[in-house]
Amino acid sequence: MTNKEYESYYVPSQSHWPIVGAAALFMIAFGAATYVSDLASETSGYGGYLLLAGIALVVYMLVGWFSDVISESLTGKYSHQMDNSFRQGMSWFIFSEVMFFAAFFGALLYLRVFSVPWLGGAGNNVSTGAVLWPDFVAQWPLLKTPDGTTTTAMGWYGLPLINTVLLLTSSITAHFAHSALIKNNRGPLKAWLGLTIVLGLTFMFFQVQEYAHGYSEEMRLFLDSGVYGNTFYLLTGFHGMHVTLGCIMLIVMWFRVLKGHFTPENHFAFQAASWYWHFVDVVWVMLFVFVYIL
Amino acid sequence: MTTDVIAQDSHDEHHDDHKMTGIKRWLYTTNHKDIGTLYLWFAFIMFLTGGALAMVIRAELFQPGLQIVEPDFFNQLTTVHGLVMVFGAIMPAFTGFANWMLPMMLGAPDMALPRMNNWSFWILPFAFAILLGSFFMESGAPNFGWTFYAPLSTTYSNGSTAFFVFAVHIMGISSIMGAINIVVTIMNMRAPGMTYMKMPLFVWTFFITAYLLIAVMPVLAGVVTMLLTDTYFGTSFFDAAGGGDPVMFQHIFWFFGHPEVYIMILPAFGIISTTIPAFSRKRLFGYSSMVYATSSIALLSFIVWAHHMFTTGMPLFGELFFMYCTMLIAVPTGVKVFNWVATMWRGSLTFETPMLFSIAFVILFTIGGFSGLMLAMTPVDFQYHDTYFVVAHFHYVLVTGSLFSLYAGAYFWLPKWTGHMYNDTLSKWHFWCSLVSVNLLFFPMHFLGLAGMPRRIPDYALQFADFNKWISIGGFAFGLSQLIFLAVVIKCIRGGEKAPAKPWDGAIGLEWTVASPAPYHTFSTPPPQQDIDNADQHEH
Repeated sequence: MTNKEYESYYVPSQSHWPIVGAAALFMIAFGAATYVSDLASETSGYGGYLLLAGIALVVYMLVGWFSDVISESLTGKYSHQMDNSFRQGMSWFIFSEVMFFAAFFGALLYLRVFSVPWLGGAGNNVSTGAVLWPDFVAQWPLLKTPDGTTTTAMGWYGLPLINTVLLLTSSITAHFAHSALIKNNRGPLKAWLGLTIVLGLTFMFFQVQEYAHGYSEEMRLFLDSGVYGNTFYLLTGFHGMHVTLGCIMLIVMWFRVLKGHFTPENHFAFQAASWYWHFVDVVWVMLFVFVYIL
Repeated sequence: MTTDVIAQDSHDEHHDDHKMTGIKRWLYTTNHKDIGTLYLWFAFIMFLTGGALAMVIRAELFQPGLQIVEPDFFNQLTTVHGLVMVFGAIMPAFTGFANWMLPMMLGAPDMALPRMNNWSFWILPFAFAILLGSFFMESGAPNFGWTFYAPLSTTYSNGSTAFFVFAVHIMGISSIMGAINIVVTIMNMRAPGMTYMKMPLFVWTFFITAYLLIAVMPVLAGVVTMLLTDTYFGTSFFDAAGGGDPVMFQHIFWFFGHPEVYIMILPAFGIISTTIPAFSRKRLFGYSSMVYATSSIALLSFIVWAHHMFTTGMPLFGELFFMYCTMLIAVPTGVKVFNWVATMWRGSLTFETPMLFSIAFVILFTIGGFSGLMLAMTPVDFQYHDTYFVVAHFHYVLVTGSLFSLYAGAYFWLPKWTGHMYNDTLSKWHFWCSLVSVNLLFFPMHFLGLAGMPRRIPDYALQFADFNKWISIGGFAFGLSQLIFLAVVIKCIRGGEKAPAKPWDGAIGLEWTVASPAPYHTFSTPPPQQDIDNADQHEH
């Protein structure tokens, strides 16, 4: 490429959104820490309000920031190279999310393969079991912890299986929506994207039902019911938060499609939301296998 | 297009970014040079803060017995000193270098995602406001060591865990966004004609470091989240009574923690690989092997974490595996040290201040590397574990390693940043005072550790008194010496001999083709192919 062919790279003007975002993150972090500390000392304070205000400020910041980006994109300021920056940035962000889930899957693996069997006396830990908790029986799901907390296990059939089908289907419909966008078929695009959102929301609804079932007197599966409850709720909970975020992204995309945004060549935001949705789907498959079935 | 044209401040129509004045310039900036400057000043302020905490630690340890601080406060000092130096000083300082230099070295107009760049920086002061603010809270600051092992940070927490966890969360967000920006800039913003193997080694080391950050900072976020739920929401990840294991904390933490160590040293390799060829007036010896060695170190860093945990009672197979993998790292590291020495071999050496820091780096970092090898040996580590030998080891690699490389880089590029030469006499004072005092400070720690003095204690047995006295004197001297650097930088910003575009005759790289100080916008159009070819670090 010679200099003549070089497309200029858009360096944005000064922006107040990042500093607003930094202040918002501070409010969230400080608010959440205060709130959690107050919970522990059973006092009440302003932490929760600060946290909520911080979240509101983040939403405000994101709306403003993305509006700027969208208007820059619509006025043709972005080159092909800029588009690549966004794509690569999003890919590496998703990779960082993968590593976040890897920490929790790693913990699940360690608990199942090492720590629970060792507490039951496996390996060279015969005396650990015998001295500390002689009655403890190593099993997974861990339905009775060494200190005697009991719980029941969530089966994989029923709601979890339905949810698996829902999410897998939604990944396919998201792909159909993307194909329709590339062919510039706006009607099918709206329909497939709308269906993806409906499937995602249904998944979230069933997930809430499942949690309610878990917390019922019948199941008594709580967050603090030993390591089975810990890993179950934190893994599915963080996944659920990501589904929520993914759904919000898709809904924003749906409204942008209604406004006539995106062309077959230029639709990074749609692509990013779609990637994110597929990522959430893959995490669920891993969850279904390692948390529910095995 | 000639170099002179590029050197002009080119406010063409594609830059919406015009320089504002006053505080808004710094709050709203999207300019990589401004953000780099912010990172560097923030890092230096944190370095002085962490240093001040260390001064109190050394004052308490000047003689046996409890004189100045309560033991619990002493624990808070060691904890926050470590956290501030790792996350507040060394890492942001390197990010500052990345911001300033990467676009110029790659012939790019700016970082790939300039607004996100601003956000990454401005999160940091807020995060450290929370962390340092905890000193003034009822609970006090974190007191469980910078490694925050469970159950010290869970069951036995002093109540600071929530503030610590959320501060770490937003620091992590900052690091991940900064790293994504670095990776995307390098992959996507290279000037036409700059292939991967033509990039300066400096760029390569930041590239690999950024990958490490994206891979492990989320794991840190995960482990602190488990810590939070264990402490406040009744989970048992690190509690055997609920089926968990406190040792699992160490596994997850060090899966983050060991790559983190290389995050703090690989960019140092990049700086040293720039300065040594410049003052040897030769190309870097074995450029390709340096790239492969850096990559190997990064890959190996993921499978050595448990060498921090030899005394936890893991199975014999685990101890052997982690011991051998750790020793393997000595091979690519040896390649690097060999190449630096080979670059100097038969070069026309001169000893400007950046070169002095670089040579000190090679020798003193190697000492830290050797003590690391000693610690890698499982049976030997049983003796050294949690003693001052460990403290000596990681201060040799982080202070005379990372920090010295930062000084080498700062003196090397100060003319480019400010447009003035630094005061040579003062800078030599800075170097020699630092060199002598840092060795007085950290070398005797080896002996103390071998003799059995444990780390993280406010009081010690009488036989350790003499060494501790000398260490404290070295510590105070080293702390004061750093103020010389502050004076040099301020003098250099305010005035001094005018620096030419290329003040070092042996230096190569695109950053020397632009004026000093570097114009606010550089490479709005890419540099000519000839300049890129001239900047190639390969030996010809």
